[in-house]
Amino acid sequence: MLFGFPLLSLIIWLPILVGITVLATGNDRNAQLARWIALAGSILGFLVAIPLYTGFDPATSAMQFVENRTWFERFNVYYHIGVDGISMPLILLNCFTTPLVIMAGWQVIQERVSQYMGAFLIMSGIVNGVFASMDAVLFYVFWEASLIPMFLIIGIWGGPNRVYAAIKFFLYTLLGSLLMLVAFIYLYQSSGGSFFIADYHQLPIPLNAQILIFIAFLLAFAVKVPMWPVHTWLPDAHVEAPTGGSVVLAAIMLKLGGYGFLRFSLPIVPDASHYLADMMIVLSLIAVVYIGLVALMQTDMKKLIAYSSVAHMGFVTLGFFLFNAYGIEGAMVQMISHGFISGAMFLCVGVLYDRLHSRQISDYGGVVNKMPAFAAFFMLFAMANAGLPGTSGFVGEFMVIMGAVKVNFWYAFLAATTLIFGAAYTLWMYKRVIFGAVASPAVERLQDISRREFVLLAILALAVIWLGVYPFPLTDVMHVTVDNLLEHVGNSKL
Amino acid sequence: MNFLPPDFTPAYSEIFMLIMVCVIMLADLAAGEKRRYITYILTQAALIGCGVLTFVSFSAETTYTFSGMFVDDAMADILKIMVYGTVSAVLIYSYTYVSERGILTGEFFSLILFATLGMMVMISASHFLTLYIGLELLSLSLYALVALRRDSFAATEAAMKFFVLGALASGFLLYGMSMVYGATGSLHILNVSEAIQNGVGNHEVLVVGLVFIVAGISFKLSAAPFHMWAPDVYEGAPTAITLFIGSAPKLAAFAFVMRLLIEGMGEMVSDWQGMLVILAVMSMAIGNIAAIAQTNIKRMLAYSTISHMGFLILGFISADWNGYSSSLFYVITYVLMTLGTFAMIMILSRNGFEAENISDFKGLSKRNAWYALMTMLLMFSLAGIPPMVGFYAKLAVLQAVVNAGFVWLAVAAVIFSLIGAFYYLRIVKFMYFDAPETEEPIAVKSDVKVLISVNCLAVLILGIFPQSLMGLSLYAIQNSM
Repeated sequence: MLFGFPLLSLIIWLPILVGITVLATGNDRNAQLARWIALAGSILGFLVAIPLYTGFDPATSAMQFVENRTWFERFNVYYHIGVDGISMPLILLNCFTTPLVIMAGWQVIQERVSQYMGAFLIMSGIVNGVFASMDAVLFYVFWEASLIPMFLIIGIWGGPNRVYAAIKFFLYTLLGSLLMLVAFIYLYQSSGGSFFIADYHQLPIPLNAQILIFIAFLLAFAVKVPMWPVHTWLPDAHVEAPTGGSVVLAAIMLKLGGYGFLRFSLPIVPDASHYLADMMIVLSLIAVVYIGLVALMQTDMKKLIAYSSVAHMGFVTLGFFLFNAYGIEGAMVQMISHGFISGAMFLCVGVLYDRLHSRQISDYGGVVNKMPAFAAFFMLFAMANAGLPGTSGFVGEFMVIMGAVKVNFWYAFLAATTLIFGAAYTLWMYKRVIFGAVASPAVERLQDISRREFVLLAILALAVIWLGVYPFPLTDVMHVTVDNLLEHVGNSKL
Repeated sequence: MNFLPPDFTPAYSEIFMLIMVCVIMLADLAAGEKRRYITYILTQAALIGCGVLTFVSFSAETTYTFSGMFVDDAMADILKIMVYGTVSAVLIYSYTYVSERGILTGEFFSLILFATLGMMVMISASHFLTLYIGLELLSLSLYALVALRRDSFAATEAAMKFFVLGALASGFLLYGMSMVYGATGSLHILNVSEAIQNGVGNHEVLVVGLVFIVAGISFKLSAAPFHMWAPDVYEGAPTAITLFIGSAPKLAAFAFVMRLLIEGMGEMVSDWQGMLVILAVMSMAIGNIAAIAQTNIKRMLAYSTISHMGFLILGFISADWNGYSSSLFYVITYVLMTLGTFAMIMILSRNGFEAENISDFKGLSKRNAWYALMTMLLMFSLAGIPPMVGFYAKLAVLQAVVNAGFVWLAVAAVIFSLIGAFYYLRIVKFMYFDAPETEEPIAVKSDVKVLISVNCLAVLILGIFPQSLMGLSLYAIQNSM
């Protein structure tokens, strides 16, 4: 806590309260008011999160900005929040993304504006809560609550098949989380009545129980990440969601799963993690290689990026289960960088979709002739998605591959194929959409990006390049925490 | 031989209620059709009066009276106050609905109050006969209430079914009680418990009795496989009556299980635990799976009730105060959610139009954003999604089950509640994702408007601050065991 000021609570509850205020502006007669309140609130939300970085002490692995109050005594549940080097960057990423999402929906969303903006703000606060929770029940409450706004966003403002996608999204994620809840309750019993996550880190658990707990966690987190073969909700959800929804899904929601592995699976059940590491690595490599190939075959731009997200998140899970500092730090960098890049890619597709109302690659061609500024931005993000050195996409992948080489050459070899597949599907899509002759009269009429869109993409472009050239500010804050985590994972708890 | 009058103090609220019902019946005759609101006000006054009496006499101590046939303990007081509140809310919600359909008669009020009296007696029973009398007073009033719209084919059919199956279940129960009496030589719950503890009586006879008692209980709870009546009755009865049947009697049913199974036959836990496991799993399975196929919302909610009763039973399986208090917490939150849900159905119903189908919720968010939001809170709560209170109810019960060593049962329960989430989501989908079929504005009296908002917001606020209700449940159980 900074001078006894509940900074983290502010970061969690400010967006939620602003969101409720936005909801209260009512129907679409006050749409403009709702937009401005939402934008102001989200920018304020980002500003109050900055002291989290500046006041963060990278030399310790202990939780910082801790707040601890009794929530309900009946089950010893506490409102216990804090951040370490793993959760702090993710909170910043989330606070950074929210204003972009609000801006992305500025003109496109004309119906039920206040509900749209309110839902994003409330979700932003809830997600901050997930990353900051140190109590298992508090974590679970935020974790599940985040489903509700996303469900509504996909279902209300989504594409033609939105109902199917929304319900599939909800039930898929609920399946995993419910089993995680049972695992939490089991841990609560065996720890003698505590829901404090750090207590579980010390708790000895026999191997067979560890494996069952690991599987329960795995289902919850693997669905969120998503790992192959439980990734199938993602393309549906992405394709149907409005642009803002896709950005939040890719940039933030997927990170919840990755975060879960680091906070729960690895430290609570380290022996099971080691025991099942090979399986996890194989699943991750399947995601990297096979989903990379699947992405190659897509004709829908959003679907292509969705599959590319699955492949990139495969890198993240691969990095976690290598059990070395390169792997885990690389995976963390990859998560943050993927937040920027996938968000930017979806925004780019959104820019095109707003104009032509099509996501099919074949409907485009020669866009560069009409939208040169947009083509330049899109080029940068496509290169980053393919992992070009100098962009943030490269750093994470390179670190994970380094980590993999230390464990097994063939893991590294297979992981490295992503540099080929990633380049293939991204750049091929880019070529078909942007280059060539003007494909149709509709493309002929395209207008280049507006000032609002320019600002959006420029902010993301800066972030991508900055992280690619100088990732030290990010790796610096997580270094000690990751070392501490690795030490934990190395100790058997049998 | 001296005649000592029994101590009436613990039963003041019951006596007051009985007097008030008689007064109301007479007053209604005098007031007549035109001034039925007088009956309504008197009924509410009776409930408030009972509430005051129970509240004033509230104490954590357990008192027996009427030769130990009647008990007044913390659990009884708390449950009774909940019952008054629930019945009062039911009356507020259903006034418009009932008067539009021409069943706003004096009988409506007196039957509801008789049923309430039956529940009060059940809650305070410490003797098998008292329990049975309370139960029958409740059941007979309910049968008549279902048939109140006697020109409606569906309602009379539902009442007939309800009556025949209910009578059968009462028969089961009496048969089981007589077996227990045969084995232990007493109908006093405390004496029965003592006798079982001391190994008096033939174990086989006791077990046979237990089987019949459990069957009777599960009928009253509408737990599978004794659930058949619930969908028909819920669908056939006028919505106001369904609201009543689905809410307050569940509180009484909880007390019923506590008195009969836990206080009376708690020593036979190894015998009934297995039965309850089967009941719970079957209820959750049948309730949740059958609900998916329903298009009638009342029928769907009937199946949803069945699945919730499965969850409620889960709490009893652990056979300790932790589990019982979780069950109590569950039943209170369940009643809160049911009240809101059926009230919402009545709000959507208009004169001459019954909002019977799930599709009547279509586009509610466009017709009235506030009611849609309220209904959404209820649906997510029923599905057990945090931060709504329904989640904490599930958490409490699951915790008790895992504590008792039934981890697999907890896994089964969450899988079934996943299936259950689908049909609650479907209602949210209809409200938010679909276009409305009618643009007719929703006209609601202001008292209903306030109450429904309080009711639904309570679902959210109790979810954010669950300690008060959890603590109350714990207090009730710990001071009554």
